[in-house]
Amino acid sequence: MGTKIKGAILVNEERCKGCGLCVVACPHDVLTLSKKVNAKGYNFATMEHPDACVGCASCGYVCPDACISVYRTKVESSN
Amino acid sequence: MENDIFKPENLVYTKTPVLNDTPMHYCPGCSHGVVHKLVAEVVDEMGIQEDTIGIAPVGCAVFAYRYFEMDFQEAAHGRAPAVATAIKRLYPEKYVFTYQGDGDLAAIGTAETIHACNRGENILIIFINNAIYGMTGGQMAPTTLEGMKTSTCPYGRDTTINGYPLNITDLLVQLKGTRYITRQSVHNAASILKAKKALKKGFQNCMEKKGTSVIEFVSTCNSGWKMSPAKANEWMVENMFKAYPLGDLKDI
Repeated sequence: MGTKIKGAILVNEERCKGCGLCVVACPHDVLTLSKKVNAKGYNFATMEHPDACVGCASCGYVCPDACISVYRTKVESSN
Repeated sequence: MENDIFKPENLVYTKTPVLNDTPMHYCPGCSHGVVHKLVAEVVDEMGIQEDTIGIAPVGCAVFAYRYFEMDFQEAAHGRAPAVATAIKRLYPEKYVFTYQGDGDLAAIGTAETIHACNRGENILIIFINNAIYGMTGGQMAPTTLEGMKTSTCPYGRDTTINGYPLNITDLLVQLKGTRYITRQSVHNAASILKAKKALKKGFQNCMEKKGTSVIEFVSTCNSGWKMSPAKANEWMVENMFKAYPLGDLKDI
């Protein structure tokens, strides 16, 4: 049994302009631009590999439109 | 299990309330958004939202006052440091900052910038340098790099005709009225955290009556440079940092 850091993000999909800077900034390749579009026609950011997220908040820092909220917690892992 | 993480106690980063919900008009990936966010975060952390007055420029950031939940005054093109001087002298207890681009600060507003710094006004000047006139269609600016293509120098800036890139921040270092001058960027998480510290220092200096603080942000204009936001950041690191190296230039 050990503790593992688990992160997750919430993207304000309507505010996101799909610039892709968060995708580049993520050190664990968690993010991608969605195939879906928002009301303005932008492909908003979304988590492609949510399990890899450690909640480092790099995506949040680089987001020019402040669309990303980052959450982080410790979870017990069985291995 | 998956949704358990989205609880207030697990929140590590989110938009500061000093920045309101109005969608910003900037192009996707524009550095302006990041710098706006940093200013709002610093004002929030210092608890000076009610005591801060910003001066909006002319240029891409002309609508900056729409996005901040704080007092703002719009200035004529290039005249933000003059307006800031007046406001700071009338309200010495307020934190006064200007937010200007390179066309505003280094071209039409050169005189106001230099004289405000020379008088040592206790204001913070935030200078966004993306080496181009972004708002009007990507024309050559005083800060445009040698050989860089813009809509008014489509074959690249030729110094025999167009002169040399103006490094105005280096010029301001010579003035006795300036106290803190630094050059930062916001292209990755590490540089953003560093830039935030510099901004905090700039705001604190407003109250110490020791002179003007100037923070230059070497920035991208992906629309004007005709690149993707990520590519524009790479281009900036490769080319802009040679002409405008990052770091503190003056700190007394």
